[in-house]
Amino acid sequence: MAADSFSVRGNDSNGLLGNLRLDGPLLLGIALLSGFGMIVLYSAGGESTSLLIRQLIRIGLGLAIMVFLAQLPPVLYRSWAPWLFLAGLGLLVLVLLVGETGKGAQRWLNLGFVRFQPSEMMKLVVPLAIAWYLHDRGVPPRWWQVIVVLLAIAVPVALIVRQPDLGTALLVASAGFFVLFLAGLRWRYMIGGLVAAGAALPLLWAYLHEYQRQRVLTFLNPESDPLGAGYHIIQSKIAIGSGGFFGKGWTEGTQSQLQFLPERSTDFIFAVLGEEFGLLGVMVLVLLYLFLFWRGMVLALRAQDNFGRLVAGSLMLTFFVYIFVNTGMVTGLLPVVGVPLPLVSYGGTSMVTLMAGFGILMSINSHRRFMH
Amino acid sequence: MKKREQQEGRWRRGAVLTAFLLAGFALLARAVELQVVDRDFLQDQGQARHMRVVEVPAHRGMITDRHGEPMAVSTPVDSLWAHPGELLAAGERLDELAQALDLSPNRLRMRLEARLNREFFYLRRHLAPEEAEAVISLGIPGVYSQREYRRFYPAGEVAAHVLGFTNIDDQGQEGLELAFDGWLQGKPGAKRVMRDRLGRVIADVENIRSPRPGADLVTSIDLRLQYVAYRELKAAVREHGADSGAIVLMDPRSGEVLAMASQPGYNPNSRSNVSPAQMRNRAALDLIEPGSAIKPFVMAAALESGDIRSDARFDTSPGQMRVAGHTVRDIRNYGELDLTGIMQKSSNIGATKIALKTEPEALWRTLTRFGIGELTTSAFPGEAPGRIRHWQEWRDIGRVTLSYGYGLSTTALQLAQAYAALANEGQMPEASLLHRENAPSPRRVISAGLAAELMAMMEAVTEPGGTGLRARVDGYRVAGKTGTVKRSGPGGYADDEYQSVFVGAIPASRPRLVGVVMIDNPRGEEFYGGAVAGPVFSQVMSDAMRLLDVPRDRVEAGMESVILRVGGES
Repeated sequence: MAADSFSVRGNDSNGLLGNLRLDGPLLLGIALLSGFGMIVLYSAGGESTSLLIRQLIRIGLGLAIMVFLAQLPPVLYRSWAPWLFLAGLGLLVLVLLVGETGKGAQRWLNLGFVRFQPSEMMKLVVPLAIAWYLHDRGVPPRWWQVIVVLLAIAVPVALIVRQPDLGTALLVASAGFFVLFLAGLRWRYMIGGLVAAGAALPLLWAYLHEYQRQRVLTFLNPESDPLGAGYHIIQSKIAIGSGGFFGKGWTEGTQSQLQFLPERSTDFIFAVLGEEFGLLGVMVLVLLYLFLFWRGMVLALRAQDNFGRLVAGSLMLTFFVYIFVNTGMVTGLLPVVGVPLPLVSYGGTSMVTLMAGFGILMSINSHRRFMH
Repeated sequence: MKKREQQEGRWRRGAVLTAFLLAGFALLARAVELQVVDRDFLQDQGQARHMRVVEVPAHRGMITDRHGEPMAVSTPVDSLWAHPGELLAAGERLDELAQALDLSPNRLRMRLEARLNREFFYLRRHLAPEEAEAVISLGIPGVYSQREYRRFYPAGEVAAHVLGFTNIDDQGQEGLELAFDGWLQGKPGAKRVMRDRLGRVIADVENIRSPRPGADLVTSIDLRLQYVAYRELKAAVREHGADSGAIVLMDPRSGEVLAMASQPGYNPNSRSNVSPAQMRNRAALDLIEPGSAIKPFVMAAALESGDIRSDARFDTSPGQMRVAGHTVRDIRNYGELDLTGIMQKSSNIGATKIALKTEPEALWRTLTRFGIGELTTSAFPGEAPGRIRHWQEWRDIGRVTLSYGYGLSTTALQLAQAYAALANEGQMPEASLLHRENAPSPRRVISAGLAAELMAMMEAVTEPGGTGLRARVDGYRVAGKTGTVKRSGPGGYADDEYQSVFVGAIPASRPRLVGVVMIDNPRGEEFYGGAVAGPVFSQVMSDAMRLLDVPRDRVEAGMESVILRVGGES
């Protein structure tokens, strides 16, 4: 396999990357994406260098965490997974009790020196915990095991929805489901689940916050409220569309520069890219993501044990969902759900979590043992 | 088992990858749809968001005095407005805005909610551009500013009544601002601009139509004289505790009004607590009975019709007389008086006897010819025409009271125009509030000889023994007439309330100015026209003669010897 020629084997490689247990192609993809993101962010942030510096610091912090997590052996993750999961649940409860509020949602815990978002951590902890539970129980999982897994997903997701943070809840749930799916969940369970989910939709509707319902309604018909909730979608569609094939040029996007585009340096940064770099820019971004995704999947498939395979696969599939939910939202394919564009959007927490995920992936890859 | 598992795993991977490929393809297809297929539509939509055709306000024409001194100018200001929906959506930032504008947040919210279906709501109008910019720079969504012009009156209270004012939308509401609104108003232009979401104009894209500023208006007013007239009138109204007052200075040759002031007054630059009474231009709007100030015209009618001769003499003893069940009184018994004497002493009995000798129709025609009871050509909004009853409706008593100025009404402006005819050799000019290089030729109303005769009689009024002695002006001959009128109210004439009037022309040898001073309801000891209005005339004209650099036409009796002595010593 061509991919193997790229691979760095943790035990016998002498390169610097190898010694650091890092995967070259994956790192290259991350660097290219972050670099491209910084270029777009410079324009989206109103050509502010201080914004870029802050983003650079976060990328640096993320890389440091990635390198650190790559050093820990997967066995450690496996044995810590249940305890991390319980701790995460505790923190989520704590957030609802004493959390700090920002932008109408109670998401943060103030630890004195740093503000911390436990729901972000659950994006990694939930797949770890479920993989720990399923890795040695045989394939496919029995019906009662599925129930246990579903509960392990539902409890944290429900707590996150309460904050409310629909975007993170969605990603945590996806991460959990992907582990279940990769563990060989029976197709008939899946189809049954889909039917049940369809039936549960009205129930979910009742559980949603008013603004979340509004988002769904607006998604179904954005023009119904062009100045209110539909504004985001309409503006971002206009920005992307008016970019055309070649775009209006870097920092030349009228919709984004004149502030018609909301949240342009965070969740809607894709629209800035679409306006200023056109379809060409969108394709470059998609190619970069594709490269990263492909490399991540190669590493996942190479994982030797069930635990590693489940975790790595789930992280990469979630990464894809991450991208798709954001771009789908910005292009009006999906309802507005507050999910940033991975590695490109301005913002610290998601960047750190993503890097941590890649760190775990690299750890799984670099701690393989060779048995010929 | 193992094999099946592997097969199942491969199948599963395939399904996932297929699903993801489809999702990626959907995304790309969507990008193509937006950026290629719908591009033109979305580009138009985008332009509709940031391209706007905005009105370029045109400033209103300036109003100046006859020498070009500015009296009303438009200065740029900014008005803040809000899009109620957008602003309400800004949530807590609304409180920030309310604080910056010094408004109550709850009231603001209520008012916005009441206008949710509108797109425009004025938050605060006519702020200095820096203040408006400070609020805009807070970046609160839904808050916008627009350029407007605010009227500023440099002379303030001094010329307030003549100029009137504009409303907040720059439309004339009173006075000359209203009369010449169409002339002063500019025509707004239009341009296409690029705006950001906060409504700030980022760049001008294209000029569609240039604004056409309003035309300037040059009034007949001489601000220097206006100021003097305003100052003296205000002082007199205060000194006598009077209700109101009016003064008009007119050039008798051209009919141009050089000064026109009223009391009480107001500051046109801040009209928040101004009552209608303060805003009233009494010189043109208030009807007065002219009283004895009508006597020169009665005299003119009698002399012109030949009903009496210039050398006629009348016995006014014993100072009171019964006519048609009515008693006519003089202040005291003046004995036998010639026409000059009747004018000088302002004898009502003399005037009555003259009127009784004159054909009613001739009297009516003469008074009407002098413009009594007719609107002047000043075009001042709301000017009162006054009223004189048709001669056929007169009874004897009507003719008698008319002879000393009761039973007819006029305005200070009208009186000034009528006296201008006397001062201008019998030719009456058209009253005008605009500066005119070439005034229309005045209309002859009486012969030059008769006018000179009447002027000579009126000069005696300001000489020793005359009722208007206190209207004298050092160094100048003054021809004038006093008037003291009992105020009429709903219940008839009040016993102890008067209007004091003095009308005069100066210098009498070749009049440059006609002045009318009217003080309504002086509450002090003095109430005679000569005593209350006369001194105002004297002071105003004394300054006016100096300001206009008018050569003297009289050497004072006392001064004569001084000049001689100085000359002898040298």
